[in-house]
Order: sequence, then structure tokens, then C-alpha cells
Amino acid sequence: MHQSRAQTVAAGLGFFSIGLGLAELVAPRLVRQAMGFHCSDGMVRLYGARELVNGVGILLAWKRAPWVWARVAGDALDIATSRSPAGIAALAGVTAVDIATAAQLSREENAPPRRHYDYSSRSGFPRPPAEMRGRALAKKERAQGPLSFEATTRA
Amino acid sequence: MKALCWHGKKDIRCDTVPDPQIENPRDAIIKVTTCAICGSDLHLFNGFIPGMMRGDIVGHEFMGEVMEVGSDVGTKGTKLKVGDRVVVPFTIICGECEQCRRGNFSVCERTNRNRAIADKVFGHSTAGLFGYTHLTGGYAGGQAQYVRVPYADVGPVKIPAGMPDDQALFLGDIFPTGWQAAVQCDIQPEDTVAIWGAGPVGQFTIRSAVLLGAKQVIAIDRLPERLSMAQAGGAIPVNFEEESVIERLQDLTHGKGPDKCIDAVGLEAHVGMKHLDSFYDRAKQTLMLESDRPHVLREMIYVCRPAGVLSVPGVYGGLIDKFPMGALMQKGLTVRTGQTHVNKWAHDLLRRIVEGEIDPSFVVTHTASLEQGPDLYKTFRDKEDGCIKVVLKP
Repeated sequence: MHQSRAQTVAAGLGFFSIGLGLAELVAPRLVRQAMGFHCSDGMVRLYGARELVNGVGILLAWKRAPWVWARVAGDALDIATSRSPAGIAALAGVTAVDIATAAQLSREENAPPRRHYDYSSRSGFPRPPAEMRGRALAKKERAQGPLSFEATTRA
Repeated sequence: MKALCWHGKKDIRCDTVPDPQIENPRDAIIKVTTCAICGSDLHLFNGFIPGMMRGDIVGHEFMGEVMEVGSDVGTKGTKLKVGDRVVVPFTIICGECEQCRRGNFSVCERTNRNRAIADKVFGHSTAGLFGYTHLTGGYAGGQAQYVRVPYADVGPVKIPAGMPDDQALFLGDIFPTGWQAAVQCDIQPEDTVAIWGAGPVGQFTIRSAVLLGAKQVIAIDRLPERLSMAQAGGAIPVNFEEESVIERLQDLTHGKGPDKCIDAVGLEAHVGMKHLDSFYDRAKQTLMLESDRPHVLREMIYVCRPAGVLSVPGVYGGLIDKFPMGALMQKGLTVRTGQTHVNKWAHDLLRRIVEGEIDPSFVVTHTASLEQGPDLYKTFRDKEDGCIKVVLKP
């Protein structure tokens, strides 16, 4: 099944969430300093757990829009926690991508259901399939197996 | 002339390109009257098969009228002459090498012009193919107004006057592909045959299994329109989004599993909640750690009856992961696969069409001009508008 661009970006955001979540769990102080978070290491670890759940949710969900909107909520929390202009700017950039992706996914996932096309009259057979069963055998013209080289049909 | 050209991932355009010329005494120039978009063209469109170059003409399902022949073509083999109507098999064959003499046409040893690359990638080269990457020769494809057909003294199949294009066209690929997939299963009268994928190849596989006498044929897909067409051809439909494939197959076979399993899906298996392994494959594809998504292969190996046969007409391009080799070995399953030996089957299938045993045009859902081709690639890829098979009229 083809994935839309928003689906592809969402998958990327899912992996990003997992990566960031692991970093926050493993090296909370480093992340806290880099992002200018004004909170404890324990709180950063909680943020990491949130990112992990969010990332896995995006990757596994049949409908991804709610999970990407959850990322937007998480972004707001991160921005509120940061005291660094550079950190806030970086978070704002990611938030913009999250909002655009979530909005597009919401449109796609709430699209009207597919029209049903009925091809039940397209058998390709001149008779009902039950009457065609074994027709190739009935003529004693059973096709040769793949290891037989006798069925070459070239003139 | 006009032709559909590959310009990159998800970028196929209708371009004006130079007309083809006779380059070899065994060549013919064909004016294409009808061509089709194949499911395997979507692998190129989606960028899963390496070896394409900007400007390559795509398409390997085509037929038309002979416009010009090289000096050897009129006197040898098929003795084509100007004005003959022909279907051109997608595999290019020389008709003379050891593999061609054995009937293994899709692994012809001579027609891949870039065999050195293929030798490195696959260990040995296979046949040249029309419009399907430089790994298989880099031959210009048939989604065009004209095509140069190499080895035209042995490859093309003459079509009788009066047979509509839409009946004959699929002899070049998907009908023989479905037929070979079923024949490879060595179907017995008591056999249950399960077929994953009810796209065009799956549809022909279903009908081939019926004609070859399978007691029960089961089609697995998720799109209602495809399942309705499968049911029309004699299959029991199973929608994998609505029910467990494994449980349903066990129910239908009294717990024994299908005797024969056919993968008519290939490397782009659907990614969905019901198949957690498909997420794993998709993630690895994203990280470029795996090229193909083998969910169907895993499911077939798991559910197939011991000592059964797995037939794989679905196209795979590279590497897969988490392949259950233990189950395959312990259950004693036989795997048969390969590109189609079209010339092995085409004349016999043509006779079956002439005799009214089957009318392959049942599968056509969309007909358009060549200029509309790029849009139809998207329609086919997205399975919109009830699209199952697109034919183009250059």
C-alpha cells in the first residue's frame, strides 16, 4: 500500500521520538543542558518515557493523527520547560512540522470511505467457475511441470 | 515519438523521444497499439528496484503491429513480416542458448546486455527484460508508440486477425505468469490452493488454478473490488483486514493448511496493524537495512501444509530479514519461483483464448491514452477508483 507524504513524515517523527526518548532516558543531564530545560533529571526521564510511548504509538497505529497531535502537546510542554532561546527555537521548528503533519493526517484519515466497485460479474470464463474446474485437465492437455522441458511452445 | 519515461522515484512523464531504429538483423520495430501498467512497474515507480536511469522508457506489457524487420527476422523462426500483429513477451530470449533450449526462457544466457552487473548482484545473469532497469539489459520499454524488439525472430507471438487487443495483450506477461505460478504447484484434484494478492497476476493465478483442477481456491486481499473479482473467478475470498488469515485457512482446510500457497504480492506487502512484522520491515526499509517486505512469505511458510509447495510469482528485488528457514526446512516445503518463461506457455494459452476457455480482458478496469499514463500510475498505485488493471492506447 502506498504511503502518503504525511504518513512518511509521521513515520520519521516516530523514529525521532524514539531516538529522543532514549537519549532523555539514558543521558537526561545532557539533554537538559542542550535544550535549556528548567527541571530535574527525573523529569527529563519522564519526558523520555513519554517520547518513547509516543514514537511507538505513531509507528504502530492504524490511524496516526491522534499520536502526532499528542506530539504537539508534548512539544508545548517542552517549550514551557525550556529557558534557552536556541532550545525554544529548535522546539518551535519541530512543533511546526508536527502541526502540519498532524493536520494533513487528520484530513486523510477522516476522508470519506472508498466507493465500492463490484466486479462480481467479471469471471473471464464462458461458464460458471464450478463448470470450468479442471477444464485444462479434461482435455488431457495438462501443462508440464517446471522441471519438464517438453512444454516449449515455440514453433 | 511519445513514451513514458522514468525520471526518478514517483516521477514518470510522457516525453517526446527519438524513434527506435533497427540495430541488429534480428530486430523488429513494433508500433504499439496497446500496452499496460504492470504491478511490477510500481516497484520501479516507488523506487524499490535499483538500476534505473533518468529518461529510461518503462513498460514491459505491450503488443502491436510489425512496422519494420531486420534482415534475419523474415526468414527465420517466427518469420515475422510487416503488418503482423504480435504480443511481445516481457522476457527477451535468444532461443539458442542452453537455457532457452531447455525452456528456461526467463534465464536466457545471452540477452542481458549488462550481464556483468547482474552476475555481480545475483551471482548469474538472467534474461534481458523490456523497460526494467539496467540490471536486466537496459532495454527501452513498451509504454511508447514504437519499440525496438531484439531477437524478434524467436520472441514475439503472432496474434490471429480479429482477436481484440485486450484479449491478447496479457499473453506477454500476467496471464502466463499466473499460469506458471499454478503449474509450478503441480495441482492435484484434492488440493486447496491459497493465493495471496488479488491484483492482476493473482486474478490470473486464481483462474489458472481452477482450470488446472484445484478442489478449493482461496484468495487473500483487503480490497473488496479485488476480492469480488476473485470470487467471480471461483475463489473463496478472505479479507485480511476483517479476519485472521491463518485461522480462516485452517478452518477451510480442517486444520491441515493449504496444500499449495502462491505469493502474488511480492516485495511491497501491505503494512498494517494485523501484521506487526510488516512494521518491522517498513522500519528497516526506512533505515535502508532491508529492501523487501516478506510478510507473505513468512505467512505462507507458517500456514502451508507440510510437504506442500510455495510458488512465488511475486517480484522480490533484494534482501529480506527474519525468514523462517527452520519452519521451511522442518515442514519439507518446496519453493518454486522465477520470472515467467513466457514463450513456454504463450502459444498454448493463446489457443485457450481462441477456443473460448477464458477471456483475459475481464481484468481491465481502466483504459486511457499514453499521455494519461503518469496519472494512471498514481491511480493504480493508490488503488483508487476501483483500479485493478490499466491499459494504455498509444
